[in-house]
Amino acid sequence: MAAIFTPGLTVTEQHIVQKTRQLPLEGEVTVAVGDLVKADDVVAKTSLPGKVFPVNVANQLGVDPGRLNGYMKKGVGDRVTKDEIIAETPGIMGFFKSEAKAVVSGTIEAVSTVTGIVIVQADPIPVEIDAYIDGRVVEVIEGEGCVVQAMATMVQGIFGLGGETKGVIAMAAYEPDDVIGPEHITADHKGKVVIGGSYVTIAGLKKAVEVGAAALVTGGFDYDEIKELLGYEVGVAITGGEELGTTLIVTEGFGKIGMAPATFALLKKRAGDRASVNGATQIRAGVIRPEIVVTDDAEIPTERVAAPEPVGIAQGDLIRGIRAPWFGRIGTVSGLPVQPIQVGSETTVRVLEVDFGEGDTALLPRSNVERIER
Amino acid sequence: MSGTSAPNGAIRSVLATDCGSTTTKAILIEKTADGWRQTWRGEAPTTVEAPFEDVTRGVLNAAMEVQELSGRQLVEDGGIKTPDVEGQGVDMYISTSSAGGGLQLVVGGVVRSMTAESAMRAALGAGAIVMDAFASNDPRKPHEQIERIRQLRPDMILLAGGIDGGTRKHVVALAEMVAAARPRTRLGGGFNLPIIYAGNQQVIPDIKERLESISDLQITDNVRPVMENENLAPARDKIHDLFMEHVMAQAPGYDKLMSWVGVPIMPTPGAVGLIMQTIAEQRGINVAGVDIGGATTDVFSVFDGKFNRTVSANLGMSYSVSNVLAEAGLPMILRWVPFNIDEKGLRNRIGNKMIRPTTIPETLEELKIEQAIAREALRLAFIQHKEFAVELRGVQQERTIADAFRQTGSGDTLVKMKKLDLIVGSGGVLSHAPRRSQSMRMMIDAFEPECVTEIAVDSIFMMPHLGVLSTVDQEAATEVFERDCIIYLGTCVAPEGDMKSGPVMKVELTMPDGTKESRTMSDGELWSVPCEHEPGVKATVTPLQSTLDVGAGPGKPLSKTLRGGVVGLVFDTRGRPIRIPTEQSARVPLLEGWVAAMDEYPKGGEG
Repeated sequence: MAAIFTPGLTVTEQHIVQKTRQLPLEGEVTVAVGDLVKADDVVAKTSLPGKVFPVNVANQLGVDPGRLNGYMKKGVGDRVTKDEIIAETPGIMGFFKSEAKAVVSGTIEAVSTVTGIVIVQADPIPVEIDAYIDGRVVEVIEGEGCVVQAMATMVQGIFGLGGETKGVIAMAAYEPDDVIGPEHITADHKGKVVIGGSYVTIAGLKKAVEVGAAALVTGGFDYDEIKELLGYEVGVAITGGEELGTTLIVTEGFGKIGMAPATFALLKKRAGDRASVNGATQIRAGVIRPEIVVTDDAEIPTERVAAPEPVGIAQGDLIRGIRAPWFGRIGTVSGLPVQPIQVGSETTVRVLEVDFGEGDTALLPRSNVERIER
Repeated sequence: MSGTSAPNGAIRSVLATDCGSTTTKAILIEKTADGWRQTWRGEAPTTVEAPFEDVTRGVLNAAMEVQELSGRQLVEDGGIKTPDVEGQGVDMYISTSSAGGGLQLVVGGVVRSMTAESAMRAALGAGAIVMDAFASNDPRKPHEQIERIRQLRPDMILLAGGIDGGTRKHVVALAEMVAAARPRTRLGGGFNLPIIYAGNQQVIPDIKERLESISDLQITDNVRPVMENENLAPARDKIHDLFMEHVMAQAPGYDKLMSWVGVPIMPTPGAVGLIMQTIAEQRGINVAGVDIGGATTDVFSVFDGKFNRTVSANLGMSYSVSNVLAEAGLPMILRWVPFNIDEKGLRNRIGNKMIRPTTIPETLEELKIEQAIAREALRLAFIQHKEFAVELRGVQQERTIADAFRQTGSGDTLVKMKKLDLIVGSGGVLSHAPRRSQSMRMMIDAFEPECVTEIAVDSIFMMPHLGVLSTVDQEAATEVFERDCIIYLGTCVAPEGDMKSGPVMKVELTMPDGTKESRTMSDGELWSVPCEHEPGVKATVTPLQSTLDVGAGPGKPLSKTLRGGVVGLVFDTRGRPIRIPTEQSARVPLLEGWVAAMDEYPKGGEG
C-alpha cells in the first residue's frame, strides 16, 4: 500500500517507553541491568568540574612571569581554600611584601611562566540523575547512565517550556475545548500535572505557577505570551532549560485550538495517576517533543525492545491538519493521489485526500498533515 | 557495486547529493548530445537522526526517486551503482553535507577586530558556522569565556592570534584559556577535539606545550602573517581535511558515504561559495549571493576578487522563523504584508511554522506572509554580511583630509551596492516561489540594489552540487550552471541618492524589434517591462533630480543595454531605503500597487 513519511506525535495508551538517562560527564552508574527502579531513584551520579578562575598572579605580585614559580607557595595540583595565600614576594626585610590569594576554594590547575596567570579550578559540583519513570533497567551505558524501559501511556506534545517534573494528573477542563483561566486553578493543584483544554490564558498559567502546579497541559497557548512569561522570545524551538516552576506542554499549537479528543480522553482516563512530564522541545537535529508518560504496573519486558521502524501515512490513518486553512482539523486519509496538484498559493505539491466526516473531503498538501500515532 | 571512477577517466554521468538538515536532494547530471545537462532530481528526508541514524538511507531514497523518474538504475546492492555501463549506473557519485547542524567552529584571536576576525573569515569561508569568537580584548571575563567554551562543544577550534613575530604573551594566554576549558567534541566518541593553530608561528612550541596533550592539535600557516594581508587558504584547507577525518567520520553512516564518493564530501556552504567565486571570476563582475534555508541564511560576496561569506545562524524560514520575528520586530514584517491582518494571529502563525517547520503555504495569504518574513530574514542577513565583509582592520593607510572628515578608513564594507553587478538567490523560498516575479521582488526589497543590478535565482537548488562538481570537472559544472541552474530574472534599475517627491527619472527604451517606449517615473513607483536576457534592451535612464545617480554619476544620464530575464526589467523609484508608510490605510494600497506592477499574485485571490 502507498504510504508517505511525515513525522507524527505519539498518543497511545499502551506503549513500550525507553528513557535514556545519561550524565553530562562520565561518572558512576548505580544500577544494574534487570533492576526495577522508581522514578525518583538515583541511577547515576558524577561531579561536574568546578568553574575555572584565571588570575594574573605575576601582575598582582609585580614580578616577571618567567620568575613566578619562585614566588608560588602552592603548586599545580595543590588544594587551596578561598583567600589562602598562594604566592608571595619576600619583600624587603620582611616588609613591603606582595601576596596573591586564592579567589575560590579548589585546586591549582596551571601556573604559566609566559603570561603569569595561575588557574584555580573550583571544587566539583555533585550531579545525580534519577530514573524519571518507574521501570526496569534494560541497558547500562558504562560510566554514563542507563536505559529504563516501561509499559506506559505516552502523550507527546508539540511544544513545551520547562524541564522534567513529576506529579499526579488532575483535570482542570471538562471538555477538550475548555479555556483555562485563573479561576480554574486552585491550591489543590499544587504538585499536580494539570490538564486543560483548548487554551490557557497567561493569567491561568501564572496562577498555576503561583500555586506550584508541577505541569500544565493545554491544546493551545498564545505565542506572544511566551515573552511575557519568560521575559524573552523563543526564536528557535530549543527549550527545556526554562525555570518557570511549572512545566508547560502545548499539545496542538499556538492559538486557541481544541485538544485532540483522543489526547484529552487518554489524559482524563489517567487522572489520579502519577505522570512523568518533560517540556524539553527541540525541533531540529534530533527532534525532541515534550511528553507526558504514565507508567503501568504491567509486566515489563526484561530485554530491550527494539523501537519499531517509523511507518508512513497510509490510507485509513487518522491525521491532523497542521497548517491553514485546515489547522487543527482531524480526519481520515481516504486517498493518496500520485500526481502533484496546484494549491491556492499556486504552489504545485503532492497531496493526500482527507475525509473530515459527514461527506466533507479535501485535498491537503502532504507536508501539511501529521499522523496521529496510536 | 559502489565505486567512483569511469572507464578511461571520461565521465559521462554524475549523481550528486546534498545532505541537508531535513532533506537530501539528489540530481542526475548527464553528458547528452546537447552537452552537459541536469536531467532529473529527487529528494527524501535526511536520515542522520534517530531512528535511522544512517545518512546513506536518505541518500539511497533520494537516488531511488531519481532512478524511478529517469529509468536509469542508480542503486545496486545497497549502494550507488558505478560506473555507467550503457546508460545504467553513473560514472561518479559526489556529495555535500550540512546535516546534523553542519560544521560548527569556535574561533579565537588576539584582537577581536583583527586576528579573531581573520580566523572567523577563514572558518566561514570553509563553510562553517562560527559558534563564538574569543579574543584577548573580549568584554567577557576570562572565567566566563572558559565556561562558554566548555558549554559549546564545537566540532573544532581555530586558534589564531598575533602576526608572525608579534605578541607571544597574548597568544599563549588564549591557549591557556582553551586548555583550562578542556573542550570536548560535539559528537563525543572518545576523540580529542581538533584544534587548528593558525597564529604567530614563533609561538608554536608554547602552543604545543599547552594544547598537544588535551587535543588533536594541528598546526598551519598564520591566517594573518602580517597586518596588511590575510592568508586564509591553509586554515580553510585544514578545516576541510578535519571535517572529513573527524566530523564526518563520526556522524552516523558517513563512513559508508565517504567510501562511495569520488571526491571528498564538502560542507554545503563551502560548495556554494566555490560557485559564487567561479561566477565572479569568469565574468569579471562583483557578485552577492544568498542561500536562505530553514535554519540559517548564508550570504556570499565577491567584490574586486575578495570573497566573503557569512552565515546568519538563526535567520531562516522554518526552524528559525520565530527568530526573524524576534530580530526584525513585527512592524518590519507587517510593512510587507499587502492586506490587513490581526497581529496576535500573525504571531501565532509564525510560532506554528517554527514548531512544524516542514509545512508549506497552501493559501495565498499564507504565501504572502512567508514572503514578507523572507524579505526581513534576507535583509537582516545582508546587513550582517555588509558589517563583516570589510577591509582589513588595523592596516595603516595614508589618509587625506577628506578621509579624516568622512570618519572612515580601514574597516569599510567591501559590499558597495553601486558596484554590485549580480545578485544570485537560492533556497526554498526563492527557488520554489510559485512565480519568479515574487523571487525578484523579495530580493530587490531585501537587498535594495542601487543603479543597475542583474538578479538571478538557482532554479531548483543545485549550487552545492555544482560547487563540488567544479572540483572534478569545471567545464561540466559551468555548462550545467549556465543552462539548468541559474535563471536570470532580469535587471533592477534604481537611483541612488537623496530622493525628493515628484519626478525621479526618465526611462527611454528601444526594444529589439525597434519599437520605443518611454516613461517618466515619480517617487514610490515600480515599473516592470518584459525583456529577454539576450539580446536585452537599449536603454537611456536620465535622473530628473541632480542628487540621484543611476550609474553614470549624479544627475547624469546612463545609456546601456540592459539584460532582462524571465521577469524582465524592473525600474524602482521607491528610494533607498525603500519608503513604506507605517499606517495600514496608506501602506496596503501602496503595496497592492507594487504587487500589481510586478504581476506577483493571481488577481482576485484571497488576502
